Amino acid sequence: MFNKKWTILFVTMCLVLVTAGCGQKGNGAGESKGNSSGGGDKVTVNFMHLWPEGVSAGQNKIVNQIIKEYQAEHPNVVIKQEVLDNEQYKNKLKVLSASNELPDVGVTWAAGFLQPYVEGNLFAPVDDLLNGELKDKFVSGTTEAYAINDKTYALPLEFNIAPIYYNKAIFEKYNLQVPQTYEEFKQVVKALSEGGVAPIALGNKDRWTGSLWYMYLADRIAGQQTLTSAISGSGSFMDEGLVKAASEVQSLVDSNAFVKGFNGLSNEEAKSEFVNGKAAMYMMGSWDLPNFTTNEEIPLEFRNSVGFFKFPTVEGGKGDINSWVGGPGVGLFVAENSEVKAEAKAFVEYFVSKWGEQSVTGAGVIPATKVDTSTLELPQLYIDLFNEMNKASSITLFADVQMRANAAETHLNMIQALFGKVITPEKYSEEHDAAISKGN
Amino acid sequence: MDKVMSNKKIIALYVMPALLLILAIVYIPIVLTGYYGLNKWNGIGALTFIGLDNYQALIKDQTFWNSAWHSLQLAVFSTLSLVIYLAIAMVLAARIKGANLFRKIYLIPMLLSSVAIAQLWLRIYHPTNGIVNSLLESIGIANPPAWLAEPSLVLFALFIPILWQYAGFYILIYYAALKNIPTSLEEAAKIDGASALQIAWKIKLPLAMEVIKVTIVLAVVGSLKYFDLIFVMTDGGPNGSSEVMASYMYHQAFRAYDFGYGSAIGFFLLVICLVITWVIRKLTATKDSIQYS
Repeated sequence: MFNKKWTILFVTMCLVLVTAGCGQKGNGAGESKGNSSGGGDKVTVNFMHLWPEGVSAGQNKIVNQIIKEYQAEHPNVVIKQEVLDNEQYKNKLKVLSASNELPDVGVTWAAGFLQPYVEGNLFAPVDDLLNGELKDKFVSGTTEAYAINDKTYALPLEFNIAPIYYNKAIFEKYNLQVPQTYEEFKQVVKALSEGGVAPIALGNKDRWTGSLWYMYLADRIAGQQTLTSAISGSGSFMDEGLVKAASEVQSLVDSNAFVKGFNGLSNEEAKSEFVNGKAAMYMMGSWDLPNFTTNEEIPLEFRNSVGFFKFPTVEGGKGDINSWVGGPGVGLFVAENSEVKAEAKAFVEYFVSKWGEQSVTGAGVIPATKVDTSTLELPQLYIDLFNEMNKASSITLFADVQMRANAAETHLNMIQALFGKVITPEKYSEEHDAAISKGN
Repeated sequence: MDKVMSNKKIIALYVMPALLLILAIVYIPIVLTGYYGLNKWNGIGALTFIGLDNYQALIKDQTFWNSAWHSLQLAVFSTLSLVIYLAIAMVLAARIKGANLFRKIYLIPMLLSSVAIAQLWLRIYHPTNGIVNSLLESIGIANPPAWLAEPSLVLFALFIPILWQYAGFYILIYYAALKNIPTSLEEAAKIDGASALQIAWKIKLPLAMEVIKVTIVLAVVGSLKYFDLIFVMTDGGPNGSSEVMASYMYHQAFRAYDFGYGSAIGFFLLVICLVITWVIRKLTATKDSIQYS
């Protein structure tokens, strides 16, 4: 019944079907690429970003809006989106770059993250865009973070600083004032901890969250210059002030300043302690502003009781209260080997200029481009933080962003160890110097 | 039909697609990983051949040996917990009331994805709101530990959900093996006056031995390359106290951009798994497997 002839026929059919399937896909891909250089034909620009609808609804809406408008104005261009979550995005970017198949336009972080991609010759310089329509549109200090050897490789979208958010209702209940000095801050911590409220929500499983606290202490005690040169390798973490900052972190831990089990909590878990009113303070970048202003999912009562203050000054320290830890968030790059580079660049230019205003009103994030907020109706918390940013005396880029990947990994591990009190401040500094001098 | 199957060309035709697929997605990547391990590579730029430098660094890397030690602990723990699984399977296979229901209950954790399990246990272990600490507080322990933040406890705290996650899988395998034993043997032993324990020890255990050997290999190798639950729950922390070999490999390759070193760890892991599998096979090899029928 099932003889040789039939078997062969069957197998051949299967093979034909399989190869036909493959063939079709190959043809399709070839088509879109082949047509890209042609004048009136459709051009496809692949755009990979990290604002999925579920996680960043505000940003996702804006992206779709901008793409829709762009396609309406440029009927020959099709923007094809690929959306991934933060961690997955980073992994996929690495995998794609290993096979040299980056999307035409994508999202990148600054400084240390950018470096290997630039060295691998994967990102195209976008200086021509900086001198074009977008000239002088950026907040100063933002595009520099994306520059390597005097060439800029991405255009920033966001700009962030990290204040300490606090729950006004809890502060009132314990009759506390916003601390101006570190001594007052420690008093606040003591009062809260004795009152049975966790003073600070910290999710140090993610490690960069703890890094923010060290960065501020280092900035206030040793000064911005010392910190920056230690990170760049021209100075040293063995500097007296920087070691003192590390030991200050441990004395904060000793005074029960942070929520219980902080080294095992993720940032999201810690944030929920703050949002549920179980912790009084929370230090986080300004990207979390929407949660404290416009996010409908968070109770209005809580949102109304959130305020922020600047990290207090330390007596005898070198830093001033208007210096911040922060930096540009993500930026857009154009792939060096993109077959539609001109179109990709045009799209980036359009995207960045549209993003500015829309991200303020639609998502409540602070853009890297200059925006006149006086004509927009915005939450007070947002305006206050925005004004603080304009007054900033200096902004130190997040350490893990500034350092190269390997050193950043050491830094983050050391942060967790420091908070967990398994190393001494001296050892902490030594390990940093060793990792940075290794140079990768 | 027989004629078709004896035709070498036809056999090749049948075997080829699956073989090509397995070569492409399993064996070639293994060879490539071995090759990357001999290079300095950040995953993006050009590869620089450095010979065995990565392996030399690996041997001196204290963090790697710590993570290997954690993996080994997990392997020992998993193997020991097989005894519990076997005992449960024996009870279930003894035709007790509700055995079907229990079997389903035990199997359910296996149907959940690791990430869902991790999220569930993260809540159970939450330092202030978690069920574990709430229970401990309600029985008068004033300051229960934050399980996932204590370097000395975290590994133990992770073992529990892992044991829970795989219970159903092993119980099912044992259950099937035990059910395969002819009931006539058991009945004969009963008539001869053997106790339940004697039956379990002298009849059921030897007859299930082949399956037990397989599960030991599965448990050990599975533990050595274990990754997902630990990655989601602690990310190897705090301070690497729950880092296992697979998570260390991930951190080196994808976080520290050291794909060469990460590949070296991966290849080393493969070699360890192969060696251990071989050793277990040798140790548990019996010349004549027991046949009672």
